[in-house]
Amino acid sequence: MGKDALKRTSLYASGASPVNLLQARFYNEDCLVYDLEDSVPLAEKDAARHLVYNLIKYQRPAGKYVIVRVNGIYSEYIDEDLEAAVRCRPDAIRIPKVEYAKEVKRIDERISEIEEAAGIEHGSIELWCNIESYLGVLNAQEIATASERVVALALGAEDFTASMRSTRTKAGAEIFYARNAVLMACRFAGVEAVDAVFSDINDVEGLKNDVALTKNLGFDGKTVVHPRQIDVVNAAFTPSAKEIRYAKRVLEAVEEGKREHKGAVTLDGGMIDKPMELRARTTLAQAKAAGIEM
Amino acid sequence: MKNALGRELPEKIGSYKVRPYSGTYENDAVNRCVVSNRKPTLRPASGTKLLPTLEDAIKATGLKSGMTISFHHCFREGDKIISQVLTAVRNLGIKDLRFAPSAVVNIKNPSIVEFVKDGTITRIEASGIRGELGDAVLDGLMEEPVILRPHGARPRAIESGDLMIDVAFIGASASDDYGNCTGQIGPNACGSLGYAFVDAYNAAQVVVITDNLVEYPCNPVSISQQYVDYVVKVDEIGDPAKIGAGAARMTKNPRDLMIAKRTADAIAASRRFVEGFSFQTGAGAIAIATTIYLSERMEEKGIKASFSLGGTTSNIIDMYKKGQVRVVACSQSFDAVAARAIAENEGVIEIDNAVYSNPYQKGCMLDKLNFGILGALEVDTDFNINILTGSSGEMMAGLGGGPDVADGADISIVTLPVVRGRTPSIVPRVFTLCTPGTSVAMVVTEAGIALNPKHKYYEELKEDMQAAGIKLTAIEELCKLALSITGVPKPIETTDKVAAVIEYRDGTVIDVIHQIKRK
Repeated sequence: MGKDALKRTSLYASGASPVNLLQARFYNEDCLVYDLEDSVPLAEKDAARHLVYNLIKYQRPAGKYVIVRVNGIYSEYIDEDLEAAVRCRPDAIRIPKVEYAKEVKRIDERISEIEEAAGIEHGSIELWCNIESYLGVLNAQEIATASERVVALALGAEDFTASMRSTRTKAGAEIFYARNAVLMACRFAGVEAVDAVFSDINDVEGLKNDVALTKNLGFDGKTVVHPRQIDVVNAAFTPSAKEIRYAKRVLEAVEEGKREHKGAVTLDGGMIDKPMELRARTTLAQAKAAGIEM
Repeated sequence: MKNALGRELPEKIGSYKVRPYSGTYENDAVNRCVVSNRKPTLRPASGTKLLPTLEDAIKATGLKSGMTISFHHCFREGDKIISQVLTAVRNLGIKDLRFAPSAVVNIKNPSIVEFVKDGTITRIEASGIRGELGDAVLDGLMEEPVILRPHGARPRAIESGDLMIDVAFIGASASDDYGNCTGQIGPNACGSLGYAFVDAYNAAQVVVITDNLVEYPCNPVSISQQYVDYVVKVDEIGDPAKIGAGAARMTKNPRDLMIAKRTADAIAASRRFVEGFSFQTGAGAIAIATTIYLSERMEEKGIKASFSLGGTTSNIIDMYKKGQVRVVACSQSFDAVAARAIAENEGVIEIDNAVYSNPYQKGCMLDKLNFGILGALEVDTDFNINILTGSSGEMMAGLGGGPDVADGADISIVTLPVVRGRTPSIVPRVFTLCTPGTSVAMVVTEAGIALNPKHKYYEELKEDMQAAGIKLTAIEELCKLALSITGVPKPIETTDKVAAVIEYRDGTVIDVIHQIKRK
């Protein structure tokens, strides 16, 4: 899919559910996460790994950014998970509960070894790190810069709040700091920031409010737990026609300023500064990635 | 010989003479008068038509071995009339009957299979034979082939003399002692008696069976006393939980929701989606979800429908109550809310199945329908539909009004997933052909929407979908995708014996189902 792929929505599909594995490709999610971790019962770890490996190798869905979430770094499954995951060549591997940069470095090395053994181009597999504890949040900056492979950090709110002894609420004040800390680390490292799931799949209004906050804070996307959440989240991350029109006018004004060697550029009587230009470029990039004709 | 859709047919099957489907509505019945078994009958001398038992009524009708009996299926899986009548018939030693209900529901204890095995029934004609009977028939239960015809073809068969009914047994949730009856009220209300009208009008003898005898005259009345010979009160005509429990709920299956949403979007994109349009959605999970999404699209556009048609669910009644539909024309009521709605709402009306779907009369309501939603087990790359047989050839459903709706509606939309379990639903060639592809406008799946290039409104639809930014896929691509997931299934092995004949709306044979070869 390449680095420019849209990452508005990441949908988990359990490696233990052949039906979900097959169906997941038909929804509108940008990123499809084949899960070997929490959704797979211990007795089915081998079967799930085998299924996901073959699915990606022979039934890879077109037009999706494909991710495998492996089991925990300290679990007994991690070696076999990485071996299978690297060899079926997803776009990325998602590592759960990352807390230290050294953990990322170790995984990076292990992936490199497997890539070499399998004759896969070095560095072709990207890493997503799930930040799911206060330690992960505190070390987010080092984690985000620990390896060239890291392209995204994803906040996991349930485990994070458990580690904090916080009470999880729909309003989400208890994760407000964590969201910002992860986001700042991502911006520092130049990687994508993916927000936590909204757990109540029956509360569409709640999801709309939550994803509005996600977007306004500056996140690039959100993990979803159910296909019914995808369209709402995608819509929130897709610029509106009005936003696109405004962004175009901003950039046209900037170009005109450059042509005419103007120091300061104005639009509708207000000055266009560098952040405004940056936001306009981001809006148009998002619109382009979402397939909107401009 | 082969019919116009390339299906291989024998010339004759038992005593049944095959007229192959030609796609042109060929039926010489149009040159003859309507026939009926109904005879002028002098009013009953006793002043009542009430008889104490079913046996008494059967004796009074003069039912004899070799005759034809009929039932309606408006009580669905909750029906307790058919088994009571057949048991009484058996007790009287009557055999060799032609059993011609509007559809065979899956009734148990005793099942229809037992009445075939003991020779009470030797021929069956219906719109579907789901369940135990269907499986047994495909295993070679019967000597004569079962004749399956869609809802619209049954009134035609009756009025043209193909299906002459000797005794019609009509279950009703309320009746008076003179035969005025209805399904709209009473503890076991089933709603519309749509399928019973044509039987009442044309059978030689008509017996109304109820568990709710009301004071004369019964009001409301669906079938009038002038058609009824006898009335019998029994303890129970049905199981209300199975007649239609509660209101149908919106599915939570994300795949079905996605298909439903796409279907509603496609309808909303059509130029025919304007004030006063008409629709029929149906009762499956996808159909109900489509109804709900359609209601939203109508609200967004600020338009109302002139009528909804066919089998009715509570969701349609909700739309009526919101003022979104002017007339709800019910040939059948699929749940308890819809069943009671006819008596309670002026614009919710009971219609005769013939008015709904029979093409051989001076116009049916399907002729005026804009959008019809259909379910299917399989669709092939020629858009032909299989609504009868499943992945291993077993009988899964009935024809219902599927072939009628496909042909009658301006825009007929088939909704189905590309893959069910490990079975592809979009295939190169359907196992059983029930509805000709030329009558199907579009197929909506979770993997995309395909328009039928051979449909009469193809250009219009293509233009409308493209204008709305709806991405279209070729049916061949959907088929390829399905097979890439499931692989190509092994063909179902059959014997030479024809177990069932499938008639099209005009009475020609569109396909046959052979007996399944068991290992």
